[in-house]
Amino acid sequence: MRLLAAALLMLGTALAAEGPAVQVSDRAVQTGSYPQTLAEFGFFTDAAGSKPAPGVTPYRLNTPLWSDGAEKSRFIYVPPGAQAKAQGDGLLDLPVGSALIKHFAFAGKLIETRVLVRREGGWLAIPYVWNAEQTEARLALAGMRIELTTPAGQAISYAVPNKNQCKDCHSLGKTVLPIGPKAYNLSAQWLGAFAKAGKLDHVPVVARRVPLWEARDKGPVADAARGYLDANCAHCHNPQGAASNSGLYLGWQVTDPMALGVNKRPVAAGRGAGVHEFDIVPGQPDHSILMYRMASTEGGIAMPELGRETRDPAGEAVIRSWIAGMH
Amino acid sequence: MRMSATLIAAASALALAAPAFAKTIAVAAGEGAQTRLQEALILAEPGDVVELGAGRFVLTDGLSLDVKGVTVRGKGMDATVLDFTGQKGAGEGLLVTSDEVTLRDFAVENTKGDGIKSKGADNVVYYRIRVTWTGGPKETNGAYGIYPVSSSGVLIDGCKVSGASDAGIYVGQSKAITVRYNYVEQSVAGIEIENSRDALVTGNLVTRNTGGILVFDLPNLPVMGGGNTMIKNNLVVGNDTPNFAPKGNIVASVPRGTGVMVMANEGVWIRENTLADNPTAQVVVVAYPKEFTDKSYNPLPRYVLIEDNRYIGGGDDPQLPGAAQLKAAFGGALPPVVWDGVGPMEPIVGPDMSFLSLGAPQPGVGMAEAKPRLIELQKPVQMIEPGRFGAPAALDARARP
Repeated sequence: MRLLAAALLMLGTALAAEGPAVQVSDRAVQTGSYPQTLAEFGFFTDAAGSKPAPGVTPYRLNTPLWSDGAEKSRFIYVPPGAQAKAQGDGLLDLPVGSALIKHFAFAGKLIETRVLVRREGGWLAIPYVWNAEQTEARLALAGMRIELTTPAGQAISYAVPNKNQCKDCHSLGKTVLPIGPKAYNLSAQWLGAFAKAGKLDHVPVVARRVPLWEARDKGPVADAARGYLDANCAHCHNPQGAASNSGLYLGWQVTDPMALGVNKRPVAAGRGAGVHEFDIVPGQPDHSILMYRMASTEGGIAMPELGRETRDPAGEAVIRSWIAGMH
Repeated sequence: MRMSATLIAAASALALAAPAFAKTIAVAAGEGAQTRLQEALILAEPGDVVELGAGRFVLTDGLSLDVKGVTVRGKGMDATVLDFTGQKGAGEGLLVTSDEVTLRDFAVENTKGDGIKSKGADNVVYYRIRVTWTGGPKETNGAYGIYPVSSSGVLIDGCKVSGASDAGIYVGQSKAITVRYNYVEQSVAGIEIENSRDALVTGNLVTRNTGGILVFDLPNLPVMGGGNTMIKNNLVVGNDTPNFAPKGNIVASVPRGTGVMVMANEGVWIRENTLADNPTAQVVVVAYPKEFTDKSYNPLPRYVLIEDNRYIGGGDDPQLPGAAQLKAAFGGALPPVVWDGVGPMEPIVGPDMSFLSLGAPQPGVGMAEAKPRLIELQKPVQMIEPGRFGAPAALDARARP
């Protein structure tokens, strides 16, 4: 049975390989187990993954995850005839057959592409790693480490997450869910255009929007800081996330100062606490565990635990200034 | 870089072929162990056994398992070693996030963070697992050795932990727990049951830690209201390692030389243990000592029954404020049981008990204001009845089939 199934799949691959895919394969998105290559999805019309196929829409987040300064490009696919549903200012509810595609590149060179597909049984996260020639991205279920240099010039051992690590961040309770896109972290223009294209049921009302990261200096530092924490921390630090047991919740909508870490003692931080007693000490960034863990790159101390090998000076500056201004 | 053809075929077949029979996936130590082992943990199906060969698996990143009902089995806690000395990332050595998982007969060494963590993983069994930081007690060691959290149904049996900079065995925010026949040494806390209910801690040897067995309930957590915990028949011996926890942790406040410590909680039975040579005190019962704002949290210990324990030595070098005066007042050694004295009523119930109250008017107040006195319970105070405790019986069968 297994051999037959594998043979059938290889046959399918052979057929797909006859010509370049010019449109998205809904079969690969919805039923294709773990496609061996990114190309099997047909999200892009070129081998280098730069030209999105019809129905594949690029988007950006106002404030993104740091990811060692990787250049990221994001795409969303909603199958023909289907529509995403806006859920207030939160996560867009994407229908079965949808996909989220994210490229990670350093110095213009693609390293990995992470794909989230929504199937009948739920969301599935699948990591792909690009070859040196930049012509093919292959399945990398177990993740891997790749030596590269960041935009800041640091040589790092970059970790491509394994399939389970994808779920560490992309889960609520026992369910795999995309982290984004959330309406409050998208521009009104993009939401409007997506709705106009018929891909979104309506343009949601967003009372408070995460600021554009590059324009963070133009607004209150608290907004920039909270947007940064939402994008970099809240996927685990929420009541149903991987860090639920910490009681530290860093989402955009959280209002309880204790849940945000203000004068909150750590629970199971281990040596992540360093010599400090509270997650945030108002006015004292250098006595705040949050700051200490952001500024570390050592396993067991560094936060986030996954996806960060280097410090993020701009992120640290914003959090430092936010804590310093608290009283 | 490339995955093996076998793996691709197996991965491709996953969604097409229904799992017929549980299978055994053998993984040997040696070249590429990180990738081969992680692939096996991803591709395992419910009921499968991932069998680790003898030898040293040299690993650079945390491993994770997210498939229900998988057994990960080695050739013995000294024969099969997952060596994380060169670990670069992740918060623990092995992370389990699926239910009904059995981990047995292997060791985890020198993880940067926790040893093995299982979160939201119900009915987990840890059997004859060893977690060791090989350099001895150090602040730079990982926090927890064996760390199940937010789970219902936990059995930790026959394990050995050494060198954790927080707790060797830590069970947090969980219920229906059995921790038995384990050996924990040279950690800050030997065994810690925190914000959990219905735990049985029995037959363990905890020695040379800062504190032996801790039963804590802390505020501002999703799960509070710890209690209904049975501490029975343990050997709690010579826990005299200076506290090496990072300062911010609650265990950093545990005095060196504590045998069993109860903080907050309702309903704790401490019975038939042998407590020997714990230099601060054999048993300490205290209120949560820090400030808190959580109105739903009760910082006081309630209904702590201490009976039929065997006390040998101890209390002769207490790491408490005013230690010299206390020692002098009690003939060179403190009584075996010490209460901080906080709260309107005594948390410790009979029978035939005498214990030292430090007479602290509030948590954390210096001994200058405290009024130590010996309290003799003349007649048994009403005790609550224990509810069901311990892991479900089905977990025993997975440890000892």
